Formats: sequence, structure tokens, C-alpha cells
Amino acid sequence: MKVTTVVGLEVHVQLHTRTKIFCGCVNRFNPDAPNTQTCPVCLGLPGALPVMNQEAFRLSLVTAMALNCELARFTKWDRKQYYYPDLPKAYQISQYDLPFSHDGWLDVSSEDGETRHIRINRAHLEEDAGKNTHDESGRGGDSQVDLNRCGTPLLEIVSEPDLRSAAEAKAYLEELHLLLTYLGVSDCNMQEGSLRCDANVNLHIEQNNGETIATPIVEIKNLNSFRGVEAAITYEADRQQEEYSKTGRKLGDPGVEKETRGWNAERNVTFAQRGKEEASDYRYFPDPDLMPVTVSDEQLAEVRGSLCEFPAARRDRFEAEYGLSKYDASVVINQGEKFADYFESVAKGCGDGKQAVNWVTQNVLRELNERSVTVADFPIPADVLAALLQRIVNGDLTVKSGREVFDELLSDHDKGMPPSIERISAIIDEKGLAMLADTGELDSLIDATIADHAKAVEDIRNGKLQAAGPIIGKVMKQLKGADPQTVRERIIERIQQNS
Amino acid sequence: MSLSTHTTQDLLDQLQSGQLTSTELVTTCLDRIDAHDERIGAFLHFEREPALQQAAEIDRRRQAGGTLGALAGLPVAIKDNICANGTRTTCASRMLENFVPPYDAHIIERLRQADAVLLGRTNLDEFAMGSSCENSAFQQTRNPWDTERTPGGSSGGSAAAVAAGMTPLSIGSDTGGSIRQPAAFCGVVGMKPTYGRVSRYGLVAFASSLDQIGPFANDVTGVSRLLEVLAGHDERDSTSIDRRVPAYSQNLDQPLDGLRIGIAKEHFVEGLHPEVEQAVRSAVDVYRSLGAEIKEVTLPHSKYCVAVYYIVAPSEASSNLARYDGVHYGFRAEKFDNMIDMYSATRGEGFGDEVKRRIMLGTYALSAGYYDAYYLKALKVRRLIRQDFDRAFEEVDVIASPVTPTPAFKIGELIDDPLAMYLTDIYTISANLAGLPGVSLPCGFSSEGLPIGLQLQAAPFEEERLLRAARMYERETDWHTRRPAMNSNSAS
Repeated sequence: MKVTTVVGLEVHVQLHTRTKIFCGCVNRFNPDAPNTQTCPVCLGLPGALPVMNQEAFRLSLVTAMALNCELARFTKWDRKQYYYPDLPKAYQISQYDLPFSHDGWLDVSSEDGETRHIRINRAHLEEDAGKNTHDESGRGGDSQVDLNRCGTPLLEIVSEPDLRSAAEAKAYLEELHLLLTYLGVSDCNMQEGSLRCDANVNLHIEQNNGETIATPIVEIKNLNSFRGVEAAITYEADRQQEEYSKTGRKLGDPGVEKETRGWNAERNVTFAQRGKEEASDYRYFPDPDLMPVTVSDEQLAEVRGSLCEFPAARRDRFEAEYGLSKYDASVVINQGEKFADYFESVAKGCGDGKQAVNWVTQNVLRELNERSVTVADFPIPADVLAALLQRIVNGDLTVKSGREVFDELLSDHDKGMPPSIERISAIIDEKGLAMLADTGELDSLIDATIADHAKAVEDIRNGKLQAAGPIIGKVMKQLKGADPQTVRERIIERIQQNS
Repeated sequence: MSLSTHTTQDLLDQLQSGQLTSTELVTTCLDRIDAHDERIGAFLHFEREPALQQAAEIDRRRQAGGTLGALAGLPVAIKDNICANGTRTTCASRMLENFVPPYDAHIIERLRQADAVLLGRTNLDEFAMGSSCENSAFQQTRNPWDTERTPGGSSGGSAAAVAAGMTPLSIGSDTGGSIRQPAAFCGVVGMKPTYGRVSRYGLVAFASSLDQIGPFANDVTGVSRLLEVLAGHDERDSTSIDRRVPAYSQNLDQPLDGLRIGIAKEHFVEGLHPEVEQAVRSAVDVYRSLGAEIKEVTLPHSKYCVAVYYIVAPSEASSNLARYDGVHYGFRAEKFDNMIDMYSATRGEGFGDEVKRRIMLGTYALSAGYYDAYYLKALKVRRLIRQDFDRAFEEVDVIASPVTPTPAFKIGELIDDPLAMYLTDIYTISANLAGLPGVSLPCGFSSEGLPIGLQLQAAPFEEERLLRAARMYERETDWHTRRPAMNSNSAS
């Protein structure tokens, strides 16, 4: 019995605009001072009217372009009507039948390393609601409503049910998160609710007779972490399989409706939520307070011209341009735009992408983690690291010595000295790490040492190359900056030449 | 002094020349309200002191030689569905009985800038839904010409206040005739501007795509002066149009050469009171005698106006009024079991019958499975109605018609027959559906001594031409100079 998990995600992204979507109130996460970022418009007071925030619409266009969506030339606003205390107008201004964008896609790397092409059904713009807080003491205290969030521009991105596992859903969300962060359209802070996710989940179960049945679709609401998305879908897939084996209920059976479930992150379970009052009829209709939006060629061209390089394209380019492996390119890109910029400066500066990627994904990343800072606050500027790596690439410095310089630059910083290219030379001098440029000196030293180790020389001549160890040690002791590999090669060469 | 003999322009001239102070004028208005409003019921609430203070301040500034606004010192009464910062705005509904907006509507800002004196708040049908002020939750406004009759509605208080000489100017809102119909019933001039000409910001919404704020006065000049202040672009209303506002009052007295007046046969059909028809046809004759060309036009879809209106308006209303749920402001029921029950009890107790009727109509029309057959179809017919007018206005400059099928009806006469009540709007609704400007001006009296109104409509943003055409008629007649007898013993 082959079982496939089928998932579609609805992702809500708060756009990072200065002001709210339909009024001039500041758009900022501020739960500590409830109801202070409000005005007659977002409070839904009688007589107040909405005016569209052009910047919110532009950021939406940017996102839709990055998601390869078709962009509507004519789009409009609709009212989605329902009663809830966090919705002061008792309708949400949203987009119903003519969203500003539709039919896009996002490529996601699957667990097996394959690229999965996930179709986007639509992306539309709407206003966020306020937030209700309830007394959870069980003593029946009043619920409270904070309308600071009310009117935050919210982009809803709806995928097709193209995701085939919990891990894939997580990967999709991570890739989307990365893209949105790159685009700068949202701060994507999941703790603060700037990125929220609902998952539609069911199973396709292949029967013994070869037919495939589908289990009833469940919508899991309010998943607000990557881990939560993966865990909730994993749980839900198991639950549905068990449910099916018990009841045999499947999609399309009479009386089977879409179920809404919540996610309890503490107990790691989904739970049935009270169904909305009957089947909800939102009575959508065009909002007569807002004009439809027409989008011109010029406007689209302008937005297109302002776009940055998307993460997927940059990943490909890093592979091609700097010779990175797919894995390394992903590690760099997935760290975010600033990190990738840092890598790219280092790679360009030292002229060796592989050397650069080894350093930034190992040494730099380790330091960032230990110091709990982002690359923007990393003490060694990209040009300094590039200068250091260039010496290694040129053969002027061993990798091991390079690490010593790297560590020294960091401890410089910790002592209040800014790491600089000049300091690199100074450190090399101080520590005598310079590799010998003149092989003549090395050769004469080797010759002198060989002369003292006749037995070892004999062994080497007979092919016992490991006998070179003591000679290497001796030479290295006298020449600090020497590269052991080079010394070893030279010793063997000299001995064999002289045989 | 008595206001009844003065026009807006007279008063402005006297204020400017110093013959009259704003304090005197406002005092006269307030005294007249005191003397007669118990009988008429035009005002829902007003405060003497702030109005007098404002008047005194304007007088002081005038004496000091300061620059004053276009309506300096002139009292204006405001329909109680337009928000003014710190002033109770009730919409004649229990739901908003104690609602005090924290902001000014655009037109309130404009009036303050023009140094008008905000006199008080006038009665209306609850949330502007009605044609008689019978749907006010608080009081019945009576027609100053016959207190057993309604003043019309929904802006009945604003029309009656001007007719009764309690204020030279007032503001109404017109969604299906709510300015023009009470103007006709009360024998004053009332105008609905083009949709988008006056900002709706701060007007408590009834039907957003139809609502428009407009002026009342006792002559066309007064209406023009007030419209000059109200009209203009406002960035806070997305449906407000950014277009130059002509100086409407400037060339008002210049007759229009080659004026083409359209008469639509669809306007003269069964149900039209013979005396109203006679008065309107006589008015057309006046235009003919002034050299205007009279042309027959056809508005084939006008028979669907009432049907379309009673789908579009209630649909939008059902959505606009959903916010009155007892959560954030306004009335909240005292007894309820849970949240849903709180919503139901609040709305059940807070709204009157007509408002509930329209919310139900609209909710039904927007429901899944009915939307296409009702709302969507109504929008399509609405477009056809607009096209009828576009075609007609290729042939003529203004269309003359009755405002209402009959003169003012009696209080209680139609209250149990909503459909008959809805049909009283049959001539005014189309201007809202098509977004056109329309003006109602006095054109005669019935045998019972009730005013009859003439409606003129023009193409969008042709207010200047419309008002000049109206003024041409007004100059030739004296209907607008007649005033109801205001002896206090005529109380019913």
C-alpha cells in the first residue's frame, strides 16, 4: 500500500511598509502598547474610508514577479464579510475573483536532491486583522482586542497541492522565506507573526486493486515555525492514515467536508477546531470605497527593473561562476543575502571561489555562531579576508598559518583593534609565518639535514617514504613558515635526484 | 430681523457690509429653533453656546479686518450622519445614540475653513434609510407647510430647517433622492452633486457607491455658494475626483444660450399626480419662453431603477452597517449569553425596522448562489441606465422631470407599505445609479398648498451648467420666495 502525503500551503506574509495598507498609521509590531497605532480608518469608525497604499501594492508586484506569477492588468478589492471582534468593520478588504497575480511557481530542492517545481495558484493582497487575547486562567475574564495589527498589508500566497511530504513543505516554506527576505518585502519574523502558514493536508493511498483513494482534506491553521509545519504535517499524515484504516472515510464521500484543525506545538498534535458557523458564506462583493487598480506596462517595467537577483538564480550563478558544488552554493545562499554578498566579495577578492567557500562556510560561519552575530557584524571585513586568502591562493601562506592569522585578527578585534589588510602582514611577520619564496634556502637546509640522516635517506630511496617524517620535522623546526607538504616533496625530490 | 425674507446672498452681503453681525444672525436662528422646533422637530440636537462663540469669534475677526472664509458668519445645519470632531453623530439611530466621532468629515473641515457657523444637527431617517423621517429612532420631523405631513427624507430635518427659516443653509446626503425629495416636499432648493464631486470622508456610509453630500438653501444662489465650499478633491476618499471646482455662483445669473432641455416620456406615466405633472410641464414652458429648445429623450431602462436600487443600496448597506456589532463603540445590548448572542441582541435592539429590513434584503442579495442573479445583474442594469443618460446628454444639456410623483404625503400614510414608500423615489434614484448631478427647485404648489419640485439633471460634472439652468427658471418665477406660515398655533 503506497501512501503519498499531499500538501498545499497558504502563506500569509506581512509586507514591510512604513504605513498600513489603507491608512497612514505606522506599520510596526507593537503588542506592548495596544491600540496606539490606530486611526478612524483602521478602527473602522463610521464615515472613515480606505485609501490604497501604493508601496504595499508595489511590494506585492515584486513578490509576484519573483514567484513567476502572471500579473493582472486589472485588479480590484473585495469585501470578505464575517463577524469577529478583531475585525472592526466586520469585513476584511481582500481580493476575491480578480487577484493581482496568479499561476506562478517556486523551485524547491527536495530531500533527494531533486528540484521540485511547486506551482503557485495565486497571490493576493489584503488587510490583516487585529488580535484578540483571551483570559486563559479559566476564570472567565474579559477577552481583549488590540487593533495595532489591523490594516497591516498582508500578502496571501497560495500554493497548489504539489508538495509531497512534510519535509518538502518545510523546504518550500524555507525557500519562500529566503526569497521574501532577499526581496526585502517582509521581515518574515515568524515569532512576531510576519510570516504565518496554513497547511492543507491529505493522503493519496494506493489500494491493492491499483486504484488510489484520497483522504478528506484537513486544513491546519496557524503554523508559525518551520519545525511546526514539518511536525504538524507529519503528525497529520499519521493521524489520517490511522483514521482511514479505522473508518474508511474518503474525500468525496457524502457528508465529508474539509476539516479545520489547530496545532498544539507543546504536545505535538493537531486538534479538531470548532467548525465555523455552518458553511461560511463570506458574501464577497467589490468594495465600493476603493477604485479598481489598473497596472500599466511602464509600472511593470519599473518594478522589474528594480528587482534584485533571486536566490535560485544566484545559487546557479555561484555554481557556474565560482565553481561551487550545489551543496556549498546552497549553504551560502541559504544564509541570506548579506552572507552571500560577503562570500562573493571574498571570492572575487582572492580569486578562488573554492578557497572562499571553505573559509566562509567553515571558519566564518563557526565564528558567527559562536559570537551570535550576523555577517553584517562580523569583525573581519570581506576585503581583509580576501587579502588573507589571496596569500594562501598565491602560495605565500599555508592554510594552517592562514587560520592563525584569522584567529589573530579576531583577537585583535576583541582587543579593540580593527582587523585590516596591513595587520595581516604584521601578524605574518610577528609570527614568522611567511612561506619561503626562495627555494634555495630551503634546499640548502634540506641538504644539510639529509646529510645527518643517512639511514632515513636510504629507506626513502628504497621507497619507504614515511621515513621522511623526522627530516621534515627538523626542517620545519628551523623554517617556521614552510608548508609541510612542500618540504616533504622537496626532501623526496632532493634524495631521489641525488641517487 | 426675520430670516424668511433674506436669501443667502443677502445675508452674506449684510454680514460683509457690517449691517448684520454673525452673532445677531445666529441668535435669530437659535431663537427661531426655540420658538418652532418643538413643533417641527428639524433638529436632533444643538448647542447654543458653541455656535454663539463661533459667531462672536468671526465677528471679532471681521472687525479686526482679518481675512474671512467664503461663508463667514453664516449658520449651516448639518444632517446628523456627518462626523464632526467631538460632536455627537447619531444617524438617528439608537445604535449611535452616544457616538462622538474623534474626527471631522472632509466637508466639516471645509465649512470650518469657510468660517461657517455649525448650527446644529438635523433629523433624518435612521442611517438615511427612508423618505419621510418616520424611521428616525428619536423624533418625527414635520413639514413646515403642513405639520400633518412628512418633510420627506431622509434629509427631512435639513430641508425643514431651511423651509422654516431656522437656518439659511443646511447639509444633507442623497443616496436615492434624500436631498432632492425633501427639498421638493419642503419648497426649498436642494442639490445632489456628481458622485465624486464632494468627499464622502466622514459621511456615515449607507450605500457607498450612491451616497453623496449636498447643499440645501432657499434659492439656487445659496446652494451654489455652499457647493463651492463643499466640492473638491480629497485624498482620503478614493472615489473623490481630482477636478477643478468652478466658481458656481459667479456666472449664475447669465442665461445659457441655446439651452437644450430634455423631457423623457418615461417620467410622465401612471402614478404621477396631475398637479405635479402640470407644474413640471408649466416649468418646461417657462424654459421654452426663454428660448430653450425642448427635446424629447428616451431613458428606456428607467423602469428598472427602483428594482436595481433596492438591490444595490441594501447590499452595500448590509456590509456598511455590519460594523455596528457592539464590540468597539456604540450601543451594546445589556443581556446576552455569548459572543454570537451579543451580536444578535445588539443589532436586534439597536436598529429600527427599516434598517433591519434593508440589511436582510442586502444580505440575501449577496449570499452565495444569489449574488449573480441579484447583485451582479443589478450592476449590469445600472450600467445600462448610465448609458441611457450618456446617450440623452448627447442631445440635451439638462433633463427636466418631476422630483416626486406626489407632493408631501401624510405622516403614517405609507409607513406600513414599504413598497409604496420606495416608489416615491422613482424619479430621483436614477441620478444616484448613474452618478449624475441633480437639483430640486420649487415650481409650484398643489391645490392643498403643498410645494411641488422641479428636478433638473445634467451630465457628470456639469454642475455649473445645471445651476445656471436652474437659476434661469428661478429668475422668472417667485415660487422660491414663498414661505410657510410659521404661527405656533398651527401645531397639530
